[in-house]
Amino acid sequence: MFNLSSNTLWLLLLSATGLTYWVGESGQLGHASMVPVLIIFGASLVKGLVVINDFMELRHAPKLWRNLVVGWLGFVISAILLSYWIGLR
Amino acid sequence: MLMQTALPHPPPIHASDTPRLAGDLSVWLIILMELLTFGILFLSYAFARTFDVALFNASQRTLDLNSGAINTALLITGSWCVVRAVQAVKRDASVIGARWLMAALACGSGFVVLKWLEFSAKAAAGIDLSTNTFYMFYILLTAFHFFHVLAAMVFLTILLVKTHAGRYGSQDHHALETGAAFWHMVDLLWIVLFPLVYVMR
Repeated sequence: MFNLSSNTLWLLLLSATGLTYWVGESGQLGHASMVPVLIIFGASLVKGLVVINDFMELRHAPKLWRNLVVGWLGFVISAILLSYWIGLR
Repeated sequence: MLMQTALPHPPPIHASDTPRLAGDLSVWLIILMELLTFGILFLSYAFARTFDVALFNASQRTLDLNSGAINTALLITGSWCVVRAVQAVKRDASVIGARWLMAALACGSGFVVLKWLEFSAKAAAGIDLSTNTFYMFYILLTAFHFFHVLAAMVFLTILLVKTHAGRYGSQDHHALETGAAFWHMVDLLWIVLFPLVYVMR
């Protein structure tokens, strides 16, 4: 992302996990609102991108490989959000 | 002669600006297959949920969010340890690399123990695959993932032994990177699985 050190990225990943846990514990979910679900999957997307680009080193891989894996993450999370929205109706 | 004039200098292999996959192509193909398989399972869960949101929400409340979150932190930390191990081996610090791999294995073991306790608690409560649709998916998804953690730990143990013996270094770390890619995939899958199965309601 910004060429952060692996230690910084680790702290970022832990913080995003903490955020997801906090949203889960706060009781904001289950009230037929998209907002908390967008937050937890936003955190999941950021974490996934860090693991894909920096830990799996796909940032330096041929574009096709990076696009395949990032595309997988984007597609799966978008489809999950769509299913949640359908469940609200 | 013609070839020589066309290619006076062969391009350097593994130059830092040359795009390359970290790890063996065969394992990357396996990773793609695993992502596809888990992707189908994730979406099956998500869309099955739309048919009975109330049941999924009520059953999900029985899951231990603490255990799920600690396990996320363990896998993330395990991934970071493997990144540090690869970095150490690339500068020929095998002993330090082996220590980081040991730390990663400790994180993996922590995950396995916590997950095992979770499965045991559910089994003791009389919950199995036939209890309801939510639990069927919960057991299927997390057990399938669990076996991937175990497999990844076997690979890491082999890599640990070889790293400790000084078999990898700045010139040869292909096998280590290959194992690392698989380990990170297990982490990546859990990063989607945790909010989906444990948190979203």
